[in-house]
Amino acid sequence: MEEGAPRAIRLAILAMGGEGGGVLADWVVDLAEHAGYLAQATSVPGVAQRTGATIYYLELFPKPAMNGRDPVLALMPVPGDVDIVIASELMEAARAVERGLVTPDRTVLIASTNRVYAMTEKIAMGDGRSDGKPLVEAIGLAAQRLVATDMALLAEATGSVLSAVMFGALAGSGALPFDRAAFEATIERAGIGVEASKRGFAAGFDAATRKSAPIPQDIPAALPDAAVPESIAPFIERLPFPARAFARLGVARLADYQDEAYARLYVDRLLAVAEADAAHGDGTYRLTTEVARELALGMAYEDTIRVAELKIRPSRITRVHGEVAAKDGEVLKVAEFLHPRLQEITESVPAGLGRFLERNRLARRAIEGLTRKGRIVETTSIRGFLLLAAVARLKKRRRQSLRYEREQAFLTGWLGRIATLAKRDYALTVALAECRTLVKGYGDTHERGRRNYDLILANLARLDGRPDAAAKLNALRQAALTDDTGAKLGAAISAL
Amino acid sequence: MAERSFKKEVQSLYLSDGEEFRGEGILAVTKALLQSGVSYVAGYQGAPISHLMDVLSDANDILADLGVHFESSASEATAAATLAASVNYPLRGAVTFKSTVGTNVAADALANLASGGVTGGALLIVGEDYGEGSSIMQERSHAFAMKSQVWLLDPKPHLPTIVDMVEKGFQLSEASNTPVMLELRIRACHVYGRFTTKKNVRPSFTLKDALETPIRDVSRIVLPPSTYLHEKEKIEKRWPAAVKFIEDNHLNEFHDGKHDDIGIVLQGGMYNTVLRALEQLGLADAFGNSDIPLYVMNVTYPLIDNEMKRFALGKRAIVIVEEGQPEFIEQAVNTILRRADIGTKVHGKDMLPMAGEYTGLVVRGGLETFLSTYGIGTKPKAPPNSDAAGRRQKALDLIKGGKVHPRPPSFCTGCPERPIFAAMKLVERELGQHHVSCDIGCHLFSILPPFNIGNTTMGYGLGGAGAAALNAPASKRAIAVVGDGGFWHNGLLSSVGNSVFNKSDNVTIIVDNGYSAATGGQDLLSSKHSNDIRTTKNPIEKAVRGVGVEWVRTITHTYSVAAMRDTLKEALTTKVKGPKVIVASSECMLNKQRREKPLRAKAEKDGKRVVKERFGVDAETCTGDHSCIRLSGCPSLTVAPHPDPLRKDPVTKVISSCVGCGLCGEISHAAVLCPSFYRASVIANPQWGERVMGRIRQSVIGWLSRRMGLDKAPPALPQAAE
Repeated sequence: MEEGAPRAIRLAILAMGGEGGGVLADWVVDLAEHAGYLAQATSVPGVAQRTGATIYYLELFPKPAMNGRDPVLALMPVPGDVDIVIASELMEAARAVERGLVTPDRTVLIASTNRVYAMTEKIAMGDGRSDGKPLVEAIGLAAQRLVATDMALLAEATGSVLSAVMFGALAGSGALPFDRAAFEATIERAGIGVEASKRGFAAGFDAATRKSAPIPQDIPAALPDAAVPESIAPFIERLPFPARAFARLGVARLADYQDEAYARLYVDRLLAVAEADAAHGDGTYRLTTEVARELALGMAYEDTIRVAELKIRPSRITRVHGEVAAKDGEVLKVAEFLHPRLQEITESVPAGLGRFLERNRLARRAIEGLTRKGRIVETTSIRGFLLLAAVARLKKRRRQSLRYEREQAFLTGWLGRIATLAKRDYALTVALAECRTLVKGYGDTHERGRRNYDLILANLARLDGRPDAAAKLNALRQAALTDDTGAKLGAAISAL
Repeated sequence: MAERSFKKEVQSLYLSDGEEFRGEGILAVTKALLQSGVSYVAGYQGAPISHLMDVLSDANDILADLGVHFESSASEATAAATLAASVNYPLRGAVTFKSTVGTNVAADALANLASGGVTGGALLIVGEDYGEGSSIMQERSHAFAMKSQVWLLDPKPHLPTIVDMVEKGFQLSEASNTPVMLELRIRACHVYGRFTTKKNVRPSFTLKDALETPIRDVSRIVLPPSTYLHEKEKIEKRWPAAVKFIEDNHLNEFHDGKHDDIGIVLQGGMYNTVLRALEQLGLADAFGNSDIPLYVMNVTYPLIDNEMKRFALGKRAIVIVEEGQPEFIEQAVNTILRRADIGTKVHGKDMLPMAGEYTGLVVRGGLETFLSTYGIGTKPKAPPNSDAAGRRQKALDLIKGGKVHPRPPSFCTGCPERPIFAAMKLVERELGQHHVSCDIGCHLFSILPPFNIGNTTMGYGLGGAGAAALNAPASKRAIAVVGDGGFWHNGLLSSVGNSVFNKSDNVTIIVDNGYSAATGGQDLLSSKHSNDIRTTKNPIEKAVRGVGVEWVRTITHTYSVAAMRDTLKEALTTKVKGPKVIVASSECMLNKQRREKPLRAKAEKDGKRVVKERFGVDAETCTGDHSCIRLSGCPSLTVAPHPDPLRKDPVTKVISSCVGCGLCGEISHAAVLCPSFYRASVIANPQWGERVMGRIRQSVIGWLSRRMGLDKAPPALPQAAE
């Protein structure tokens, strides 16, 4: 057959349920039909209406080229043959590349770079997110031309919907032979939420016509500065430079958490680590930096006192007000779901009493009976506020509590191991410093984390002296964060 | 009330002679039925023909105007049996369902129908759910056509052809006294296209006529000796009549091509894909003019021996493009040509894959092999552009190794089924893992992360039946899950009745969300609201007790995870013998929101008091363990970079799509998770007293905060993020 023969424009839309992929397809059909094209569209919905990803596939054929003949239009995209791909999300765009729908010699890729995390990314016990950077780079390489920006953000900023922004970006990309007015007329003909759609459309159009590179994901923001009490500032200057930003944040956190003296204790502990780091480190001060971060989190452990205090701060209620976008004249009520158990109670009272309550069967039963069910506390009610305020006021006696005693013992033990280990294996020490991150959260989560930490430490001696000790320890930490049954960690330890 | 409304689209069913119809394939089929003078339509919903049922529901007034009766059948077996009305009377009837699962269920009625044969045209419109996006086992409807001798139409995915095949299908059925199956692939069902309409035809012989002047013919009833005669009749009369009709009416298409010593034989449904492949190979234009001769089978059963021989004669080789396995057509073609002693080489599954969807890429690959074997030059796949190939490879290298995560379907935001499985997770922690027999429906998503619950699924309404054998003295009981859709389809008897009769000790959870939700939210016997054309509001518990279950608990609010957990624990540990049934009942959130959202928006606009609830997470206290997500998996519950620069793990975040179902709070309580969740209730248009009380509270709390010095506390987290 001859070259330059008439050919249908092939367009694929990849979107997840609720993102308006169907609306976008309908718009394109209407747009094309009004511009003298024959349009065919199809999709595979079904369960994709729920949360899966759907491909909508369209072919547009110029009527003047038909001369009374009907073109045969395909019902599914063929790799290497798609002119335009629109993807509503970064990973979906990468999936289009993986499936071969986007090819460097043909495809204009219009992609929103926002992330909607997959289930497997969300359920990790730590950070299971796929790195966005290679995805952004890949979609840029794979497309003949890439039009990419965070369209979800644009939709939110303009009070519009993602499909409208994508439609605007399609218009702005110039990939279809129709002008802006034709696109906008389509939105008007559809007649639903016209104004909002046009706002989103304009944002998408502008983003596509601007000659800007795609926005890379998750640029690590510079650490914010923190207010440090004057009495402590000079000590921070004694720390190695790379650790100071975290140290300042740590000091501010702990002064807020307890008092200046507690913040000072933090800096003193950190200075000791810095000394060991200077003597045995590789000059990067990775150890001090890592401990500056972990120690601050460890010392600002989340006890009932801390939680109660944070819940009743005026700044927090203001933030919630903003998050739920409550308007003037509307009444906002905020309720907390708290489930303090025996343990939280015994740990909050003075250590002696706490130990007594733990040991005494009668007392234990009584408290357990009272704490079987969770409580819903309405912070915005006077009663609820007073209840939380009473707990928050225990802050003054925090140092006498059983929990304080235990947390400090734990941290001292950890710092002690760091001090001794630093002399022998610096890399392994850094890995050990990071292991503290396993101990986090509340209730069962906290207990599980502590169990995993103890298990790993019990096996530390088996790693000590091996050339790959640090890598192995990191692998154990990762295994502990892979599943919450402990199976992966158990297997990793047996494999040592 | 179904998820999608076609109230606007069904207006095109009124189009008359010579007008242009534009719309989805499914709607076109409905129009074709009306143009063909159909008397009755029935069916059971399921992708890809759910919309056909929805269209028919929404078109009920139009159908009633024409005197057409429409039934939402209890199952596909019911639908197929409905065609019995065409056995004795000259009534045209059509039924529709998802295939092959629906055809499996319909098989009993279908075999009986086909044995006795029909007088009026009987059409089965089956949605072939095969290939990408399919939710069922991969099988072919073709086998059913062959085993019961029902003719199978597989038209080109082109609206004029599909519409024509509906009309011709009725005629073929009447000419050969045989039911006809019209197979539509999923994309053809949803394809948007156009055709020229004809006016609707009112049936000349009506259901009323049939009821008032019954006709009886014992030779049409399936009982010996008639059955032996039926089989003979199928071969001696009906088959030849069908072949004659198909040939005379040119239902299959012959397309000439300049390379006339080879040819392609294809199912009509594969036409567009084959033509696109040929276009890409440089052997066809955009209008279907092919250099290679084509034999397009819009009828794939029976095969027309004469046509096949005519096409093959004088050709060195042909290739058969036949999707799915086994390769029934290829085997038959070989037999036809061998018997006629025609030496044409027959290719098919030797060049195309035996299994899997015939996508554009697959078909192009197979045809390329065929063409190169017979010396036909083709255009190379892509212009030899090393730069493009290199860039593509680099891109693939960047994303390989699981960086692109799969995105399987999952429960919707606020789904009432999620808490049932969250409760099962909590019970698992206490009592250990149990054998869980699943069913068909949204609840089957439990087998995927984050719940990972479930061992098998044996069919619609067969959750309880799938656990039937696992009924032996043991320290644990098997758990079965059945949805309300499956329950009414089959489960009441096959699962619940069976476990009563066989003295099962198992636990059955009936997920009662008020709709046939997975197929698009159609109403059921137990739907909680009234429906103008159906009878609803028949409680499941009543039915369960009716077949003899003694131990029944109905949970009316599945979001109460603690109640769900305790009830399930009781069912698993009680000493009471016999089946234990838990009816877990809360309305499908997708449907609830669709119903309530506009009402709420209107109330708010009208100045009425409206409470809007949603959940949130305090980043200050969230340590990023994501236990909450592992127990819920709600799409509104996601992760985001932690605003605390000291933390590496992402924070949990509730996005604005949250509908405030309450599960997050319930889980925090029941699982003793973490205090980070809060529930925010925003009261729009508050009452006077409420507003005053709100102000009093605010000032008292403000005063107390200042006294405690809380207002001077710095924000708990640095203010850089977000």
